[in-house]
Amino acid sequence: MPTFEYAPAPESRSVVDIKSSYGLFIDGEFVDSRGGTPFKTISPATEEVLAEVSEASEDDVDRAVAAARTAYRSWSRLTGADRGKYLFRIARIMQERAREFAVLESLDNGKPIKESRDVDVPIAAAHFFYHAGWADKLAYASLGDNPRPHGVVGQVIPWNFPLLMLAWKIAPALATGNTVVLKPAETTPLTALLFAEVCQQADLPPGVVNIITGAGTTGQALVGHEGVDKVAFTGSTAVGKAIARTIAGSRKKATLELGGKAANIVFDDAPLDQAVEGIVNGIFFNQGHVCCAGSRLLVQESIAEEVEAKLKARLATLRVGDPLDKNTDIGAINSREQLDRINTLVKVGEEEGAVRWAPECELPANGFWFRPTVFTGVSQTHRIAQEEIFGPVLSVLTFRTPGEAVAKANNTPYGLSAGIWTEKGSRILWMADQLKAGVVWANTFNKFDPASPFGGYKESGYGREGGRHGLSAYVTTGATK
Amino acid sequence: MSTTTRKPAKSAAPSRVDVRKTYKLYIGGKFPRSESGRSYEVFSTGRSPKFLANAAQGSRKDARDAVVAARKAQSGWAGATAYNRGQVLYRVAEVMESRRSQFVAEVQAAEGLTAARAEANVSAAIDRWVWYAGWSDKFAQVLGGANPVAGPFFNLSSPEPTGVVAALAPQGSSLLGLVSVVAPIIVSGNTAVVLASQERPVPAITLAEALATSDVPGGVVNLITGVTSEVAPWLASHRDVNAIDLTGAADAPDVVWGDLERAAADNLKRVLRPAGSGVTAVEPDFTAEPGLERLEAFLETKTVWHPKGI
Repeated sequence: MPTFEYAPAPESRSVVDIKSSYGLFIDGEFVDSRGGTPFKTISPATEEVLAEVSEASEDDVDRAVAAARTAYRSWSRLTGADRGKYLFRIARIMQERAREFAVLESLDNGKPIKESRDVDVPIAAAHFFYHAGWADKLAYASLGDNPRPHGVVGQVIPWNFPLLMLAWKIAPALATGNTVVLKPAETTPLTALLFAEVCQQADLPPGVVNIITGAGTTGQALVGHEGVDKVAFTGSTAVGKAIARTIAGSRKKATLELGGKAANIVFDDAPLDQAVEGIVNGIFFNQGHVCCAGSRLLVQESIAEEVEAKLKARLATLRVGDPLDKNTDIGAINSREQLDRINTLVKVGEEEGAVRWAPECELPANGFWFRPTVFTGVSQTHRIAQEEIFGPVLSVLTFRTPGEAVAKANNTPYGLSAGIWTEKGSRILWMADQLKAGVVWANTFNKFDPASPFGGYKESGYGREGGRHGLSAYVTTGATK
Repeated sequence: MSTTTRKPAKSAAPSRVDVRKTYKLYIGGKFPRSESGRSYEVFSTGRSPKFLANAAQGSRKDARDAVVAARKAQSGWAGATAYNRGQVLYRVAEVMESRRSQFVAEVQAAEGLTAARAEANVSAAIDRWVWYAGWSDKFAQVLGGANPVAGPFFNLSSPEPTGVVAALAPQGSSLLGLVSVVAPIIVSGNTAVVLASQERPVPAITLAEALATSDVPGGVVNLITGVTSEVAPWLASHRDVNAIDLTGAADAPDVVWGDLERAAADNLKRVLRPAGSGVTAVEPDFTAEPGLERLEAFLETKTVWHPKGI
């Protein structure tokens, strides 16, 4: 395979204007925290401090929930058409400021600019555009009789797709007439704070969207707040279970979008070059910081060696480095904590006897980096085949029959996604039926769309986001009590 | 177990001594006694409660056996065609109709109803099977469909059964409530482990007999009689149960539904909370048309993508 040299092609940072410090966005304006301890958000690619961010205290959570409650009275009475128009405005402003969002996202998160530019930001805007159109059509959505909002929604989102997860959460909540208090992850607050500016530009009524920054303590205060009627969370299964326990015995509703350990299954009749691209996209997209990542490759025994060779050749061409470089394939690991976790599990993989391989590539001196890594000789009992690594690490297992592939794919407490690669249509449909996963990608992987429901089986959580199904999580139906 | 004394029935000398039934559990298509060897006395509801039966007092082990049976039956039941499941549910209605007088007498005794109200109750229970039988091959079209994604992809969402569902049957409505809880669980291909009304289990046992003779495969519905507060926590925390219906937590002695929901979080079971507001649980009105809420509570949406191309 020919190799090409690339000159650096960095995207300019000048499009973003990062403030030295940020307040909390409550009731339509940025305010100082009452009693929270400010924290710094850094660029994981350079460890440079980007800004100081407020930590919302319990007092601040109270204020934000109260603002959302007050705003709810008028927002929920607005006509659907008018709510929709605000969402259309937001979608348009996000498109207008797309480059700014993309650069800021790559700076704060560490993901390659080609992904933030071509995936995160456009799909985030699309979510608002899609849900805007639902706002005045809820009666046609087959959600049940008399669909109406829950009230105040508390939303907690992760650091892997900061703006996109914000869009997945806020767009359906607002379209259905709820108001929102959202907490972005502590390592990636900046695009959410920029989104707050978008709400101001759109003249969204104050209090309809409140953005409070902070870490786990703030999230717990929000989820457990008695003024919150519904919780929406994306993050780890451990935290998801804690939330489920917190709200048990109350009338709070919840959707939980949690971890995964997806099987990407390659049969011997698959178009192998396409499959290899799909495998690479499945696990190395966004540094593998993807809950639906295809982290377990199940390859049919007869083609295992061939696929392995092709995969290694392909990995050798991946470019790891500056997230703002337009040619970068793999950016920075989001935080030191996450890098430590990846290192720990990779060490366990080696100790348990799996064979580790990574291409030679130079890594920057500062920041958090991890080479794209493949483990072969992995068995089902290995921790790297069971636990979510949430990094650019692929575990390769083999199978002989479709039945064995299904059994191995389903042998996990998770059930978020799965991939199937074969040219045989009937086998795709049979496999899709058998796999316990909320999203099945056949001859493709990691595709997302506002119209397509996303969410898991088993311990990957409950509820769906996107499409008509996603709306149902944000309404209550039946007779008015 | 109890020291209650009973007078022999005062009636004209019976022409024959009737043959009474031993009331047992229903697990995996069979009628075992509780492995614990325990039973408890069941009485009628009314001014002068009358002894009805020594019902089996199910144990933790019985509940676990029932989960194993339900898991074993699940893929086969889910794999049956929707048309087939619809016919099986319809068959349950047919068999219940043929034992109608027995159901009426038992519901009347269990719930202390007038004959007319018991009749109406049994009719509604039979009709509920018919209603759900018709849903088997329709809900997937109503709840699923093609998604118009922005790209050259075929994209389809379909509802699938969640898996093994534990259910606390209503304490008050011993037959109509029970059927209203069980039918929406199994119509989509789930299998069920059901705790019958603690104090009114007799109609449930007779329903199990109807199920056993209705082409419902063994293990699809498993029915345990006994003390709800004793068995429910084991089902709520069981790692191989995918969802739990807490409808029958209302009025169940010593049952706090929030505790069961908390235990269910260990493996993120889908939880259908009891009706009511705040911590108060109330038994819903089962005579109203059910809607799709119960059916939807035990479904997963699976979305399949495939590229289009030549």
